Amino acid sequence: MVSAASLATDRGVAGASLEIRRLSHEFTFEGAPLPVLSSIDLHVERGEFVALLGPSGCGKSTLLRLVAGLEPPSEGKIFTEGKPILGPHPSRVVVFQDPTLYPWRNVWDNVALGLEARGTLKRRRPRVDETLRLVGLASFAKAYPHQLSGGMAQRVALARALVNDPELLILDEPLGKLDSLTRLTMQGEIVNLWRNAGFTTLLVTHDIEEALLMATRVVVLSERPAVIKADIAIDKPYPRNRGDAELVAKRREILGLLGFEAVW
Amino acid sequence: MSPIVERLASRPTRVGDWAASRKAPIRLALTLAASASWFLLALVTLRWPDVGDWGRGPELAAGAIFIGVAPIAVRALGGFWPSGAARVRRATPWLLALGVFFSVWQASTAKFAWLPQPFFPPPHAILEVFTDDWAKLLQSVVASIKLELLGFALGACTGFVVGVLLGRSRAFGYWVHPIMRLIGPLPAIAWLPIAFYAFPSSWSASIFLIGLTTGFPVAVLTWSGVASVNSAYYDVARTLGASRAFLIFKVAIPAALPHVFVGLFMGLGASFAVLVTAEMMGVKAGLGFYLQWAQGWAAYANMYAALLVMSLMCTGFISLLFKIRDRVLSYQKADLKW
Repeated sequence: MVSAASLATDRGVAGASLEIRRLSHEFTFEGAPLPVLSSIDLHVERGEFVALLGPSGCGKSTLLRLVAGLEPPSEGKIFTEGKPILGPHPSRVVVFQDPTLYPWRNVWDNVALGLEARGTLKRRRPRVDETLRLVGLASFAKAYPHQLSGGMAQRVALARALVNDPELLILDEPLGKLDSLTRLTMQGEIVNLWRNAGFTTLLVTHDIEEALLMATRVVVLSERPAVIKADIAIDKPYPRNRGDAELVAKRREILGLLGFEAVW
Repeated sequence: MSPIVERLASRPTRVGDWAASRKAPIRLALTLAASASWFLLALVTLRWPDVGDWGRGPELAAGAIFIGVAPIAVRALGGFWPSGAARVRRATPWLLALGVFFSVWQASTAKFAWLPQPFFPPPHAILEVFTDDWAKLLQSVVASIKLELLGFALGACTGFVVGVLLGRSRAFGYWVHPIMRLIGPLPAIAWLPIAFYAFPSSWSASIFLIGLTTGFPVAVLTWSGVASVNSAYYDVARTLGASRAFLIFKVAIPAALPHVFVGLFMGLGASFAVLVTAEMMGVKAGLGFYLQWAQGWAAYANMYAALLVMSLMCTGFISLLFKIRDRVLSYQKADLKW
């Protein structure tokens, strides 16, 4: 079931590799330890697009927070390009399920956030405009978040991440709250951005179809405490067709792994 | 269509027709009545002699005639100045109400003394205060504004800093939170005797008291604003490489600002009470002092004049704060017009 990681793209690689070794994590819930992740081992090559699939509440998002460096793990180590991750770093940017744009900043200023925080905005103003064009929101630079639709807000959040030229883009169910049509459009857009820029992508989702359409590898997690159940390579060119026989077979396989063989 | 539905359907147009056909005569009648009410004030003022000794009766009558002419003139010549004419038209019901009010007031005080004298001076007595004692009033209002602004600014800044520190620093909270809980709810007026003794001047004591009154709500609301910032805002900034200072100045404070303004409004409202009390009790300047002084001389007209100026000053401060808030928080949809 576990296939070797393979790169399905043939572009120049600017991404970072990721090495997760014997990673365990637990929270304290009402005084008792609550194990969330159990001895996770995962290796991600430079430029790969890995989707993490798993049942709701299995600890996928926790894994992303640890990779982002927002929290230290209880046990185990995470390395990027061979160096341990000890805290957040702008080369690893997270896009959350909620756009979490700052309501007091307009679209342009929201996208410029990272550059401003690191004091490089003065030199890199054109980069902000360029990134806004990339996500198709150049004409909304002056708009405020409350004036945007859900899909537009998530595009701004994506631009806010991409403007920092991340080596590792961490997507925490970024399309989870969007309507299904916007979702389809943005799935294609994110894949194109990844293919053009070459960063490594880690996507958490609970939509099997989304994982199959976008990722080069699908890692299936069990229920809490999460262990890796399967690591499936998707060696298919883009754009992919959701009716493709091989993808349909993989979809059935993953549903089975998650305990839903009856619905198929 | 059933008859009922038909009737319901045709109703709005009928109401509309009714309104259109009735509106013009009502407007004309309103304009004439508004003018008449001010002519009535002039008539009452000039027709009967005053029962007491008050000045500026003729000037009041002249002003009333001028105001009485205005609605008619605007109606006739409004075409030259449409926006002004629209404003006068909107104000016409108020003009009528005020004209009637002033006429009744004039009759019941200066002319027939139905209200006990000298506690209810006539309108032209108050007008006299403005024309003859304006220098002293102006001096008082300037002194009050200075005291209020200094105390408010000091209290607001201190409260803001304390609030931010309470929201961001555990050590600061450990020491300051209990002190604030003990002292904050105490009305600042209670400090008055001690403050007047402990400070070098009653003026500096008053600044301290106004600051204290302002500072408490500002600190609490700023604190609650900083504490309730969506933690995802911090996560976003941290993953993008933000420093601790950036998290405070570019994330926590802007996110807390709507709360801070609620605190500023509460503090401003409470500080007026302290301002006036302090001026009445010890400071030898300002509108509160003027009120006190006027009471000492039983100069009731001066008291009413000072009250009017005081309310204009307070509402001016509130309006100014609203203006600043609307500007600073322009990204929000405006929810309240002052």
